[in-house]
Amino acid sequence: MTTSTSTTDTKISAPPVRGTDYAWYAAGLLVLLIVPFFIYPLFAAKVLCYCLFACAFNLLLGTSGLLSFGHAAFFGSAAYICGHALKEWGLPFELAAILGTLTAASLGLVVGVVSIRRQGLYFAMVTLALAQMIYFMAFQMPFTHAEDGLTAVPRGKILGLFDLNNLYVLYYTAAAVFVIGYALIVRITNSTFGQVLKAIRENQPRMISLGYSVNNYKLVVFILSAALSGLAGATKTMVVQLASTVDVHWATSGDVTLMALLGGVGTLFGPVVGGVIVESLQFYLADSGLPIQAVIGAIFVVCILLFRHGIIGEYQRLRGKH
Amino acid sequence: MAELSLSISDLHAFYGDSHVLHGVTLDVPAGEVVTIVGRNGAGKTTTLRSIMGMIEKRTGSITISGQNVIASPPEKIARLGVAYVPEERGIYATLDVTENLMLPRKVNDSGMTLEKIYELFPNLHARRNSQGTRLSGGEQQMLAIGRVLRTGASLFLLDEPTEGLAPVIVQQIGKAIELMKAQGHTILLVEQNFRFAAKITDRHYVMERGRVIDMIPRADVEKRAGQIQQYLGI
Amino acid sequence: MSTQVLFGQLLVGLINGSFYALLALGFAIIFGLLGIINIAQGTFYMIGAFGGWMLLNYFGLGYWWGLLLAPLIAGIVGMALEKTLISRMYKLDHIYGLLLTYGLMMFIMGTFIYFFQTAPRPYPVPPELQGGYNLGFMFLPKYRAWVVLVSLTFCLGTWFVIEKTSVGRNLRAATENPMLTRAFGINVPALLTFGFGIGVALAGLGGVLAGPIYSVSPIMGGDLVIVVFAIVVVGGMQSILGAVITGLSLGVLEGLTKVFYAQGANMVIFVIMFIVLMVKPAGLFGQEK
Repeated sequence: MTTSTSTTDTKISAPPVRGTDYAWYAAGLLVLLIVPFFIYPLFAAKVLCYCLFACAFNLLLGTSGLLSFGHAAFFGSAAYICGHALKEWGLPFELAAILGTLTAASLGLVVGVVSIRRQGLYFAMVTLALAQMIYFMAFQMPFTHAEDGLTAVPRGKILGLFDLNNLYVLYYTAAAVFVIGYALIVRITNSTFGQVLKAIRENQPRMISLGYSVNNYKLVVFILSAALSGLAGATKTMVVQLASTVDVHWATSGDVTLMALLGGVGTLFGPVVGGVIVESLQFYLADSGLPIQAVIGAIFVVCILLFRHGIIGEYQRLRGKH
Repeated sequence: MAELSLSISDLHAFYGDSHVLHGVTLDVPAGEVVTIVGRNGAGKTTTLRSIMGMIEKRTGSITISGQNVIASPPEKIARLGVAYVPEERGIYATLDVTENLMLPRKVNDSGMTLEKIYELFPNLHARRNSQGTRLSGGEQQMLAIGRVLRTGASLFLLDEPTEGLAPVIVQQIGKAIELMKAQGHTILLVEQNFRFAAKITDRHYVMERGRVIDMIPRADVEKRAGQIQQYLGI
Repeated sequence: MSTQVLFGQLLVGLINGSFYALLALGFAIIFGLLGIINIAQGTFYMIGAFGGWMLLNYFGLGYWWGLLLAPLIAGIVGMALEKTLISRMYKLDHIYGLLLTYGLMMFIMGTFIYFFQTAPRPYPVPPELQGGYNLGFMFLPKYRAWVVLVSLTFCLGTWFVIEKTSVGRNLRAATENPMLTRAFGINVPALLTFGFGIGVALAGLGGVLAGPIYSVSPIMGGDLVIVVFAIVVVGGMQSILGAVITGLSLGVLEGLTKVFYAQGANMVIFVIMFIVLMVKPAGLFGQEK
């Protein structure tokens, strides 16, 4: 005769990470290798960029419990910088992507310093508002070309050898970036650093009293998350040859949140699943005449009401019960 | 309004995953003063909060004058004529003294008027426009008790009303509780100050680790003084 | 520069500030009472504006009816959503409340875009409020003066209800300690529904008022809500008066920035937020917890 639901599933929580599942990783790599023979490589490459973005976003939320609603700022600013470096400076993709990533990381440092002391909802609001500032800047800066964006960005060659305009070269480059990014995220999550972050999320006062500089830990993971989001954004610019205000708009922050939520916040693989679903939906709905935004919104609502742990999260919970 | 009686049987309560009450059973007949004694953490406050419906996860039965309220929300229970004075006093910082007094919803017209309450606690009248939490500890306790006198409730749940107060103020609080008793109201009191409680109590329940382990009627108090001291760990 | 331009922009700022104040006030009430960040606050502004437009175009009910009914419609839609969906979030991590209102915003906005497209639809200024006054140093359109007047009246009225009446007393008590307030016989869940309704009705009122000035479009509240966020952060999250004062003054500041440094006008509120966060993280009128 209880009057409430169980209070145990009220926290966004990460199930224990199973870092040793090498069989799964091998299978995943295999899938990555054969995908372009079944799916249009350009689309697959784009999806991988968003998957990496979702994983980077989830690195912050899953380990520290901090929901940033302004991650588009990092994704988008790196997209612009990378696009500018490719188009105006003629830099190769490797360098342009590094430049973009560094831009996102420095922006992460600035945003992180002001927002990290705020908790929970305040943090979400502050990151969103700061990201909106970046959005307006994207309209003002001369090199972003306001509404038009950076169009027809040349892809160039990877390692100075392979032409990225070849769709298979393009795909495997994006896949390589994704694998590097994903491996980093797995490494960070399972490191002592990642464990300290989880302990902070579980019981911040205790970690403070144990002498951990809690805010520094959060700041570092925030910057890492921003940098990896930047890497995703930079790669996306190269893939689709476009950087525009959409990349820095808050709807992009919302999309990436949905990807993580749908797949399973705090799971390593969940955001990948979420990314694939959301991007595919947007792709297939684009021609259907259905209102994409409304459908995405409805999925958001249903997901929060019915399966908050996301697809992978619910799967892990079910498996954990047996 | 008829005085309310309270009967609890096999009450279990939980905070999240931790099981705090393990089958509490006790009776508070109409018009009596019943005191729960026991060490810190025995589950006294949780028992009162469960009666009030403030612990969401609870099982067993709690009947107030025959009506089972185990699944009722706090506002429904309050409207039956149950009034609660929490241990932490629960004075609102965003309400001034008068607003604090006027907040609880009246259940009938048998309660005291605002003027009567100010007569009983002149200190409160002097500070009627102050922010509630600016009051001293003693004044806050007067406010917490004065607040429930206005509603016309007839079952009072008082959680450690004399805790940490100066003797002069304990006397004033005692006067108010005696007044409630004189009016024939039912009172369930949680009190560490055994000497204070013994004067007005009809029966004592002893709690330990979330259970009632003993009941001592008024007549036996002197006879079993040694045992009581042992229970309380004095 | 001419004083005409200066006062003209001041007026624009004051008008924007009036909308900011209405939305921020509603937002602060909802946040304080329910602990929910209502990202959909701008959506209710849009619903209010569309409500007025639909009443006029489908039912032939003019501006005055719209002014009365549209906020009511927004409030009722809000209460229905609170009762059925948002109330399920109270026991969960606060983040879910934010995400839910975000999803609702996407859904509602997307549906409106589907049926009405994004092109703005004009809404005429009611005949009673056409024309204006020549103040010598500037021309003051009647309708704009009216907007400022109505917003201020409702902001102050709401403040008065919350600070001085018994409903307000119950709302404050429920904000401070919901469980204990229930134990005093007050139906807090119903109060939360009511509070959410009031909060979004204020946004709806802003929407009807905005119709004749900005026209009506499904996307009209989308970006506005983020400005409102910044305002509420600057004012102090739960401060009712802070939301109103900050809303008005930042609106005016934004207007002034348009005169002196037009490129920065969109950003000035966010820059202020940035500075306030560095200097006084709890906000100008907030208290550090």
